[in-house]
Amino acid sequence: MSIDQATVRRIARLARLSIGEGDLSRVAGELKRVLDLADQLAGTDMVGIEPMAHPHAQTLAWRQDKVCEPDRADAFLALAPEARGGLYLVPKVIE
Amino acid sequence: MHDSGIAQLARALRARETSATELAQRSLSAAQAQAGLNAFISVCAEQALDAARHADAALAAGSVKALVGIPFVHKDIFCTSGIRTTCASRMLENFVPPYDAAVVEKLAAANAVSIGKTNMDEFAMGSSNENSCFGPVRNPWDTTRVPGGSSGGSAAAVAAGIVPFATGTDTGGSIRQPAAFCGITGLKPTYGRVSRWGMIAFASSLDCGGMLARSAEDCALVLTAIAGHDARDATSVDRPADDYIAALSTSLKGIKIGIAHEYFGAGVEEGVAAATQAALRELEKLGAVLVDISLPNAPIAIPAYYVIAPAEASSNLARYDGVRYGHRCADPASLEDLYTRSRSEGFGAEVQRRILVGTYALSAGYYDAYYLRAQRARRLIANDFAAAFASVDLIAGPTAPTVAFKLGEKFADPLAMYAADVNTVAVNLAGLPAISLPAGFSAGLPVGLQLIAPAFAEARLLNAGHQLQQHTDWHTREPAP
Repeated sequence: MSIDQATVRRIARLARLSIGEGDLSRVAGELKRVLDLADQLAGTDMVGIEPMAHPHAQTLAWRQDKVCEPDRADAFLALAPEARGGLYLVPKVIE
Repeated sequence: MHDSGIAQLARALRARETSATELAQRSLSAAQAQAGLNAFISVCAEQALDAARHADAALAAGSVKALVGIPFVHKDIFCTSGIRTTCASRMLENFVPPYDAAVVEKLAAANAVSIGKTNMDEFAMGSSNENSCFGPVRNPWDTTRVPGGSSGGSAAAVAAGIVPFATGTDTGGSIRQPAAFCGITGLKPTYGRVSRWGMIAFASSLDCGGMLARSAEDCALVLTAIAGHDARDATSVDRPADDYIAALSTSLKGIKIGIAHEYFGAGVEEGVAAATQAALRELEKLGAVLVDISLPNAPIAIPAYYVIAPAEASSNLARYDGVRYGHRCADPASLEDLYTRSRSEGFGAEVQRRILVGTYALSAGYYDAYYLRAQRARRLIANDFAAAFASVDLIAGPTAPTVAFKLGEKFADPLAMYAADVNTVAVNLAGLPAISLPAGFSAGLPVGLQLIAPAFAEARLLNAGHQLQQHTDWHTREPAP
């Protein structure tokens, strides 16, 4: 698998990570090595093998539709870098 | 004193030969004296002494809880109410959770005394503890070497005799490999046996809470306290825990241990293989029957793991956006800039690398070739174990292919670092329980024997470990002070 700089830029954008222009080729090289490792899977016959997402064949747990946590909005908002009036503050999105 | 295990300390506490307060003070002094190991992110003297006073009161009132008054440490991945929980990341450097993780609650309810939070690889991603924004932890056996990772601080704190046990987490070997490198016992329970609630997520279908201690018996005491169903974790298994203590004394006569030759493959040092074989011969003397087996898909465990774990990590770590908690960049120009710069400043190099790999593997056009293929490989690996366990009770091999390596030795080469997990990741992919037991030394450094059991057979692992430790003394060896 070859990874070009445009691919690194696209993946970084999807992951919301910034990679400086000067680092693109180094990161491309590192990703290529990990993906080459992953490409070793191509040598194994997996026809008809069902993908496994989870260790146990478990059904989703159901619970009663009732409130069981107290309202701790203030405690959680206190963790925010910026909050006011019960809201998280972020830079203006709509001009 | 702290070189004694939980069972001995509990007896001394009940005989009034010592007190929880005295034990906590000794642990706090030891943590300070061994600060050079860098095993701690936070030492919590005030909270520890407070908890110790409560434990002493419980002891005076006749408490029979096994862990009452026993000092220990939490890996800094478990949320602790009012105590910062960093995951060794700049992203969470100032994060003070408003609640306790389930494991934290259970150990507090058991009146065990936490003296602090231990260093680790950032977000549990690493095998050397060098990926910490608080700097690397040093191995008490040789301070020029790594303690393993990601639960490196927990392993070092136990090996150095600061505390008799520590909590840890294991996503691909993060309890077992540091236990092996530091000459202690580490148990990764079955996926779902211990609640993940309040345990900061890395790869949710693999993450598993567990413990590191001086002996299998001590691990059994801790597992008894933390195992069980928790409705707050949808993947927690609703099934009663076994009596791990009662099972310890069962004879190993006739137990079948499968020796997977794949676990002794290329990359496994000769000294490590020899020590592992010697430990297996001790189990044989106790009546175990050693059987050669094959796990033909073992070689694809590393490639499958290094797709699945990063894919889940990229999804889990999307929550760190600089808005609700965690690091926020200064003067963001826009919302996009806030997200991107906060994340780029907050995450270290290995975490960013795994996010990028995972994002790639999940992205349109590559999902089938990487993520889906890795999930099929996961099924093949789980099927290998299921087939093997039709004829054996346990599977054995070296926990890690090498002894503890030098600080910096593999740091620049992610793939060399990933290879340290060659014998541990398959267990997480299949969701099985496994234990690493001290198995002697190679070139003066500890070697770990890994035993793997079918799902929910932790009692069998602890039994085998305890019987081995009744007949050998590797687990009692300590690094020179």
